[in-house]
Amino acid sequence: MTENLKNNSNQVSRRSLLKKIGVLGTTGAAAATGVTLAAQVVEKSGQEFSDSLDSFFQKHYRRMSPEEVQVTIARLQRKAKRKYNKDISIDTAPPLPVTLFGYALNISKCKGYRKCVDACVEENNQGRDTQIQFIRVLEMERGSMNLEESNHYYDPETVPQKGKFYLPVQCMQCENPPCVRACPVKATWKEDDGVVVIDYDWCIGCRYCMTACPYWARHFNWNEPHVPPEELNPVTHYLGNRPRSKGVMEKCMFCVQRTRKGKQPACMEACPTGARIFGNLLDPESEIRYILENKTVFRLKEDLGTEPKFWYFTD
Amino acid sequence: MKATFSFWLDFIREAFRGGKLFYLWMTLLTVVVFLGFAAYIRQFQHGLIVSGMSDQVSWGVYISNFTFLVGVAAAAVMLVIPSYIFRDEMIKEVVLLAEGLAVAACIMCILFVTVDLGRPDRIWHMLPFVGEFNFPQSLLAWDVFVLTGYLFLSLTIPYYILFVRYKGGEPKHNVYFPGVLISIGWAISIHTVTAFLLSSNVARPFWHTAILGPRFLASAFSAGPAFFLLTLKFIRRYTDYPVSEKIFQRIAIIATVALQINLFLLFAEIFTEFYHQTDHTASALYLFFGIGGKTALVPWIWSAITMNVVAVLILSIEPLRNNSRLLSVACVLMVVGVWIEKGMGLIIPGFIPTPLGEVFEYSPTLIEVTVSAGIWAVGLIIYTLLAKAAIAIELGKVRYKKLP
Repeated sequence: MTENLKNNSNQVSRRSLLKKIGVLGTTGAAAATGVTLAAQVVEKSGQEFSDSLDSFFQKHYRRMSPEEVQVTIARLQRKAKRKYNKDISIDTAPPLPVTLFGYALNISKCKGYRKCVDACVEENNQGRDTQIQFIRVLEMERGSMNLEESNHYYDPETVPQKGKFYLPVQCMQCENPPCVRACPVKATWKEDDGVVVIDYDWCIGCRYCMTACPYWARHFNWNEPHVPPEELNPVTHYLGNRPRSKGVMEKCMFCVQRTRKGKQPACMEACPTGARIFGNLLDPESEIRYILENKTVFRLKEDLGTEPKFWYFTD
Repeated sequence: MKATFSFWLDFIREAFRGGKLFYLWMTLLTVVVFLGFAAYIRQFQHGLIVSGMSDQVSWGVYISNFTFLVGVAAAAVMLVIPSYIFRDEMIKEVVLLAEGLAVAACIMCILFVTVDLGRPDRIWHMLPFVGEFNFPQSLLAWDVFVLTGYLFLSLTIPYYILFVRYKGGEPKHNVYFPGVLISIGWAISIHTVTAFLLSSNVARPFWHTAILGPRFLASAFSAGPAFFLLTLKFIRRYTDYPVSEKIFQRIAIIATVALQINLFLLFAEIFTEFYHQTDHTASALYLFFGIGGKTALVPWIWSAITMNVVAVLILSIEPLRNNSRLLSVACVLMVVGVWIEKGMGLIIPGFIPTPLGEVFEYSPTLIEVTVSAGIWAVGLIIYTLLAKAAIAIELGKVRYKKLP
């Protein structure tokens, strides 16, 4: 009986010993993993910390040397990777030579489908929660050009509705842009191809450009913009559709990431009615030049003297 | 050097010395500052989404308060002119206090613009050379330039005068007078530039009028002195600083004339907008009557007009103006009336309808209101401290004692 007990106690103690070892082992392993993880975290947060420090001191895009641009882009890519867990490319293609981009829109063809609006959001990585849209399609009463009578939120079963016509409005890439003059820190400027762009990392978010724009073309990130990672367009341009942060302005930039490579802007590609004509105003053979020379065209608020490079025409 | 050190020591000591009421007042203000700061932290974390602003109405109470306070800052000059140019001894007594108010108002202006920024961490981008200061192209760059300059002038001139007095001397006219001349021009410029900041926008027909500059000056020179007069009443009651009854009358006359001109300019504006309505009348229509059942600003503008009309009636009838209590009432009405006129009556309707004709209303959130209250409390703390120290030095309570 006593022996039995002894045996038992022996067994118990052996078992508990094994258990203890086991626990120790697991703890040890856990600790080891923990240390490695912690080291990774430290390394990662160290990188993150130095990245955020560097982004604080990030220069104005136009003041950076080519090397600095490369370093900055690598950092911006790491940032995008952290936020979206996705590799993105950030292009810096300069304006094409002898190019001045312009747009013409056939309002007799536009049926108000808003395909351009959706394509633009997909292409240009606007925050889905911030709900920024670079194009606003106005439903207008036939017989009037009064914008104040337009409907911005039309939502009937089918379009076009009887007695209405549709007027898409986006950045007009003015030759004499009031927004550029307004900016107190030169965070927005007109490129040589006539496109008004923003350095999202230089903008201080004062929104004075928004006040200055007669076309309501500039939009502000009131909160941190989020795009579902699977929807994020990874092909970006520094002055174009790269991911933005909260507190900065953004706007239509004629899809520089596409158009500087000879592609059409996303809105034109998406338009099912062929109402949109984009092209080089300096190329006499271009379709847009044909329209300007042969159609009756008009521009919105031409009287304000901002020289928009966006024309409307009818068949 | 020693004198300077001793001056600052005494200045700070005097600024923070006071009775129960003083500490109660300061505690109250500090609590409001902390509340405002807490609200701002929230805004900083979540972004300006916590405000009532939108892509449609992209400036709100912050810029409204900024615009109003630029006027208050500029108004100090109205009291400087008679004091230094016409050697008006009477007003000279209080001109240092007015400069103190200008300092406080300038700092509030800078704070209001800062809290309105989407990226306050990038404010250094505005620094010349280090950043990219878009001067002279951007009117906002001009505003930053004239405001900091005015703050500098409003600090240095009174500092010189107080410092000399502290040492027991008399300030030299040919030392401070050129500074005063510059600051007079400068004060007019800060409000003109702020008006141009708005009127230069072809996108906003409601602001795009040449009358905006003069209207800004007129409203500033009514609300500014009125606000100052109220603080003088406070100072007379709670300190031994002698403020003669005649000073109140002198300041009241300045405010009266300015308010009369202001109301006339408002009338001229309304007439031009409404006699023959165009598309550009939309903002005015929205402000005064509402559009399509959207009437958020209508009660504000009509109460502002009522307040200003009552104030101008009290002030323009001499027996009423001479009544101390009625004068205070008129001043309160004027300050509140002009404050509404600048914010709800000018900044916000400028955005409604949008350039694409959308009527989208704005109302501030609790966070915006709390942050604004916090900034006002900061300004009142600064004004209180500056006024207390200046009064002590002016009264000769503290003087530089040379060690034997």
